[in-house]
Amino acid sequence: MMFDRRLVACFNWGLLGLAFVLGCVGCIAIYSAVTSGSNGVQHPLYLKQLIWYGAGLAAMVVSFCFNYKKLDRWAVFIYIFGILLLIGVLFMGKFVSGSRRWLSLGPVSFQPSELIKLAVILILARYYSKHANLKGLTLRQLLVPMTVTLIPFFLIVRQPDLGTAILLVLIAASMTVFVKIERRSLFYLMITGVVTIPMVWFYLKGYQKQRILTFLSPDRDPLGAGYHIIQSKIAIGSGMLYGKGFLKGTQNALNFLPEQHTDFIFSVLAEEWGFFGAAIVLIVFLMLILWCLNIALGCRDPFGTILSVGIAAMIFWQVFINIGMVMGLVPVVGVPLPFVSYGGSSIITMMICIGLLLNVSMRRFMFE
Amino acid sequence: MKKYFETLDIDWYKQRLTGAIFCAMVAFVILFLRLFHLQLVAGENYRRLSENNCIRLQYTDPPRGLIYDRHGVLLVENRPSFDLSIILNDAKPVDETIRKLTELIRTTPDEIYGRVSQIKGAASYNQLILKQDIGRESLAAIEARKYDLPGIAIGVKSRRYYVNENSAAHLIGYLGEINSEELKSGDYKGFRRGDSIGKFGIEKACEGPLRGERGGSQVEVDATGRMIRALKKVDEKPGANIYLTIDRRIQMRAEELLEGKAGAVVAVSPRTGEVIAMASSPSFNPNAFVSGIAHKEWQALISNPQRPMENKAIQGEYPPGSVYKIVTAIAGLEEGVIDENSSFFCPGFYSFGNRVFRCWEKRGHGTMDVVSAIEASCDVFFYQTGQKLGVDRLAWYAKACGLGSPTGVALDHEAPGLIPTANWKLMRTGVPWQAGETLSVAIGQGYDLVTPIQMACLTAAVANGGKRFRPSIVKKVETVDGRLVEATVPEIVGLIPATPRTLALVKKGLWRVVNGERGTARRVRIEDIDISGKTGTAQVCSRKVEKMKREGDVETHFKSHAWFVAFAPSDNPEIALCVLIEHGEHGSTTAGPIARELIKTYFEGGTSENVIKAQGDRSLDEG
Repeated sequence: MMFDRRLVACFNWGLLGLAFVLGCVGCIAIYSAVTSGSNGVQHPLYLKQLIWYGAGLAAMVVSFCFNYKKLDRWAVFIYIFGILLLIGVLFMGKFVSGSRRWLSLGPVSFQPSELIKLAVILILARYYSKHANLKGLTLRQLLVPMTVTLIPFFLIVRQPDLGTAILLVLIAASMTVFVKIERRSLFYLMITGVVTIPMVWFYLKGYQKQRILTFLSPDRDPLGAGYHIIQSKIAIGSGMLYGKGFLKGTQNALNFLPEQHTDFIFSVLAEEWGFFGAAIVLIVFLMLILWCLNIALGCRDPFGTILSVGIAAMIFWQVFINIGMVMGLVPVVGVPLPFVSYGGSSIITMMICIGLLLNVSMRRFMFE
Repeated sequence: MKKYFETLDIDWYKQRLTGAIFCAMVAFVILFLRLFHLQLVAGENYRRLSENNCIRLQYTDPPRGLIYDRHGVLLVENRPSFDLSIILNDAKPVDETIRKLTELIRTTPDEIYGRVSQIKGAASYNQLILKQDIGRESLAAIEARKYDLPGIAIGVKSRRYYVNENSAAHLIGYLGEINSEELKSGDYKGFRRGDSIGKFGIEKACEGPLRGERGGSQVEVDATGRMIRALKKVDEKPGANIYLTIDRRIQMRAEELLEGKAGAVVAVSPRTGEVIAMASSPSFNPNAFVSGIAHKEWQALISNPQRPMENKAIQGEYPPGSVYKIVTAIAGLEEGVIDENSSFFCPGFYSFGNRVFRCWEKRGHGTMDVVSAIEASCDVFFYQTGQKLGVDRLAWYAKACGLGSPTGVALDHEAPGLIPTANWKLMRTGVPWQAGETLSVAIGQGYDLVTPIQMACLTAAVANGGKRFRPSIVKKVETVDGRLVEATVPEIVGLIPATPRTLALVKKGLWRVVNGERGTARRVRIEDIDISGKTGTAQVCSRKVEKMKREGDVETHFKSHAWFVAFAPSDNPEIALCVLIEHGEHGSTTAGPIARELIKTYFEGGTSENVIKAQGDRSLDEG
């Protein structure tokens, strides 16, 4: 079954190549981020990242060794399993700087919220592949997707992890818009939004309003998020055309960027490699997303198509939010940059996604 | 149908995908444009800013709230102190700068290098404190030569100053540097290493309001680290001022009276539950903690056998002795095992089982009813009352009177005391309760443990007709500009389970303790103030002491504790108090006079509550 000639012939090496390039970019950037300036203090973090890539590769291979259409049947179970893990993390998760996002399995810990993104994509792909139609989804047909998205949304918000929660909603919304919402339903939804938002705003207490405003505009928090963003912009801007050179990023060296190896990794990259480097990375990401959409284009089966679109949406939003945030365009939320930010769960999830895309692509001529 | 459906879908999907591709490209164009702007259009400016990290954060700490007594008399304030700090990266050449520094102020190069070596390279842009609290001369010397000393800065810091030193030290508490456990616990969000927080007493209990909110600004600095301009600012919010319920005059008098002894005094208002004085002796000087207490001093404090760091008023658990008879009397009357006419004969002892329980009056009191038994503190009467009640019923009444659990005063480390029940003893020791032990407990010996504040609150409740208030120590919280943030409202936490008749009888007995012929506290009597009270002598450990007594030689730390609880005036009381002297032997001789003097001070100058209130309002206006 696995070694059908057609599968090997249709293997999408380009996609794998793009993922590999981004992985290298990530390793190099992380190496720089954790090596503090002239002291050359090296953390074993970048070694850990390499190990995660390795594990990710294994996960990826597993992800294309079976027919992806089986996921159509397993989607509900995977989703329920994911929800259980999310509930579990709320009770048994490790506390790290005030939030519980990780479950530990012996020497390693992982974030269930990363996996649930994939689970939601799967279950929405399953649902939409059955219900999508020319006219678009009606309000009633939207009930299931909304529930399926909101349950993990609230569980993740409780952790608290606002970034991943918002990401989840954006991915679901993108997939939903992709399969078209009935015009009338869309109209109703928008009216509801326009009416409820002022009402909700009215009911919020003063300090809650402040927090939302500060969130939307980091400038209002000059000692906290506002400071991080301005340091990030300085880092990026100071890269200019050619960058300061590998390991020569001063903002980075002076530890003025918080979370350099995770959320602000792009700033490190832009500072050291300048516009040339940063623009190339952006182009590689764009190519990756377009490649995903291309795979969707070539797929004959609705489930596979919507699944690919969902994965593309996930990569797109993470790239847009993360890079947009470090450049000061988007409010400050912690979302990892795919393949580049440090983080085992993110790497593994992304590699599984690549694996699934390869899976869909490999089997586009098989019609069982 | 299905095939048609599928082919139709494929074109439809193609359409949707084209839309998706378009959206993705638009979004990336936005990102590109932004990147272009940051790096190529504004790149040079950012490059300049990144050099020497021109944009930094400067925090301003708000002044900590002050603490006053109920009349607005200042108890705790802040005074300015000057800290000398250095930013290594700006202080180039470092050796030169340090040499010049040592010429100006009293310090050695080794001292400075010692401090510097503690920090690794990454913090070369942070302010490193070289010396705290430098005097005004050093301040002047350095300020005069400022331009010769790059990278050196003097920060003004507020230092806590406890005006009356040892007075009310346990109540007010002290500050200390936050430690890593406290930082990790999540209780102190937004606090950083090096911050001072309240560690004890009111400083800790009211940390939130006292602290205020830190402010700061983003500043742009030049190549030597000097500020060019402030970019954005967040105003600090100064700490709120706390007005305690205590009256400094009464507090200091209580401490004066406790001088040289180990013990505690708690005075509360029976009308509101406000704590008028809370003194614990021996005490300590919180000013010693302000700059970090010296190790030797700390060792001396914690190894002192009289435990100066302990707030005996709320942490000290002692057997109540005869003051417990108030509870036994209430229990006996309410349960109907005795009434106002019941009488027992006291020959000086009481035989129970195979033991003889002695009365403190060896010659015996003769026939006693409940009022005279309280007056003369007859053990035999209460042995028999206790025996009829049994330990569990007695325990129920004790707990209903607030004993055996914390009073809920807003301070840390309050001890609950102990009221034994048959069940408790079985669980604790595996040995069932012996009926004879009830007799000991009935007169406040044996397993019973109470704290001075519990007894003060109990006395206040008996005095006011049965209402048990939560003792409050904060009267009100005000912002620096005088706006009221919060005022404490008296809170009733329970009622004494006694009818007015029962209480009237008990109060009659308590009145006779001071004013009656056979009262055990006749020497507490004052001419123009009507006091009621109860003495107590709590044995430390019976059998050993008995032996020593017989041999006529009791060492101090085996002497009994002396108790005295009182309220005045007997009708419509304004003050209720509890005095405990560790190893003071007899309540009447040691504790009683302290209560008397304190009550005298309270009423001195014809001060009644209304006058005090009027005085208080006036002094706040003036203050």
